[in-house]
Amino acid sequence: MASYSTNEFRAGLKVMLDGEPHAIIENEFVKPGKGQAFNRVKLRNLKTGRVIDRTFKSGESLEAADVVDVELQYLYNDGDFWHFMDPETFEQYAASKAAVGEAAQWLKGEEMCQVTLYNGEPLIVTPPNFVELKIVETDPGVRGDTATGGTKPAKLETGAVVKVPLFIEEGEVIRVDTRTGAYVSRVK
Amino acid sequence: MSSPEAWWRPSAGIATLQVRARVFSAIRAFFARRGVLEVDCPLLSAGACPDPQIEPFVVRTADGPRYLHTSPELAMKRLLAAGSGDVYSLGHVFRRGEQGRRHNPEFTLLEWYRTGWDGERLMGEVAELVAEVFPQARRRAPERITYAAAFDRSLDVDPFRAGTDELADAAGRRGVSGSGDWDRRTWLDWLFAEAVARDFAPDRLTFVVDFPPDQAALARLRPGAPPVAERFEAFWGDLELANGFTELTDANEQRRRFEHEAAQRRARGLDPISVDERFLAALETGLPDCAGVALGVDRLLMLVCGADQLAEVLPFAWDRA
Repeated sequence: MASYSTNEFRAGLKVMLDGEPHAIIENEFVKPGKGQAFNRVKLRNLKTGRVIDRTFKSGESLEAADVVDVELQYLYNDGDFWHFMDPETFEQYAASKAAVGEAAQWLKGEEMCQVTLYNGEPLIVTPPNFVELKIVETDPGVRGDTATGGTKPAKLETGAVVKVPLFIEEGEVIRVDTRTGAYVSRVK
Repeated sequence: MSSPEAWWRPSAGIATLQVRARVFSAIRAFFARRGVLEVDCPLLSAGACPDPQIEPFVVRTADGPRYLHTSPELAMKRLLAAGSGDVYSLGHVFRRGEQGRRHNPEFTLLEWYRTGWDGERLMGEVAELVAEVFPQARRRAPERITYAAAFDRSLDVDPFRAGTDELADAAGRRGVSGSGDWDRRTWLDWLFAEAVARDFAPDRLTFVVDFPPDQAALARLRPGAPPVAERFEAFWGDLELANGFTELTDANEQRRRFEHEAAQRRARGLDPISVDERFLAALETGLPDCAGVALGVDRLLMLVCGADQLAEVLPFAWDRA
């Protein structure tokens, strides 16, 4: 596997650190005029999401992590694994519960997701930024109340619960921003 | 900054370039009034400093490799040895691999030498020059602090005596990251940048003086317990602006230091750098007692313009050059 020297460090670069894949978030060059050059680096552990600071002497290097981002279609989950398919090669991938994480609550099937593969295995599943899902459970709508700005919880067909305006009815399809979990609009 | 239609454009705004030009004029007027001679030394020279912390660019020429100068120091000292009297140089220098928020591999350095002066007196002139172009510096008198006192104040350690374990402990107490396999010098450099310099007042010049002898570079040593290098550094907040020396004039001592640095380069697997025999010959003939200082003009411009990145004050920073 290739390795990267500190002068190649860039935000987004995937590297191995302490045996785990990390993404570089920030890299700052620090050098006293007459002294040692350093790189102060912020990295995110791709498995745990934990962000750490590390300092390297300039010129040191890290092994590249075998990490790629691919667009895969979500098919189904069998209780243990979430199954995805590459729509061009029809190759299938099984993602663990840990890899799917919070994304699970937005997936009902056929969505295109960004899947980060580490050594060919799904490491992180990122749902589409917006999903359209049906409400299966909520209090009855308050007719005509579009102005008070009040909200109520609504359970979606995937099990996720989001806050929706009071006038929304059970059975309606709504658009949700998966990055914030916020209601965006009704879908007619 | 990175939109495709802007890729040919300057890094600095045109108004900033006008400030830049005014600062150059002010610097030249400052030295003209004081009778200091402007000199422009070669950018490409046959010899260079073997400092293991500063990498020169090597250029292939019809007459063999030449170094783009990392500072005009060696050539200016040859002028001093030849009887030039007080001299200054304002121009570009080059240091390979030094790129970041406060670094550009090609940058503008102001370097000057005062014969018959020592570092203490030269610090006064550095403060006057900075105040000339950056009026905010007139509001508070500079602070002068020794390297040892600055470490004691910020980290409660003695940088002349502390071992790597003690330095690593001090880093831990302060919440500064580091690595267990670093040597003493690496720890000192990192702690200085990450802790000591960050405690300097944000609104005045700080002069750090009396460095450990192994950080002397080309400064004279002053005997004592412990002996110290007559070297000073100027900071605004934690922004390093200038580095100066009461200059080493002893040719034999200078040759020993070059040989020591050359050995360090070999140990680290760095390319060897030819010893500048013309410079050593000039020292043997006799360098007058003098003090010299190099000041990063782009860094000073960052202060004048309130810039957060060096690129904001450069016509074309490294990624657009």
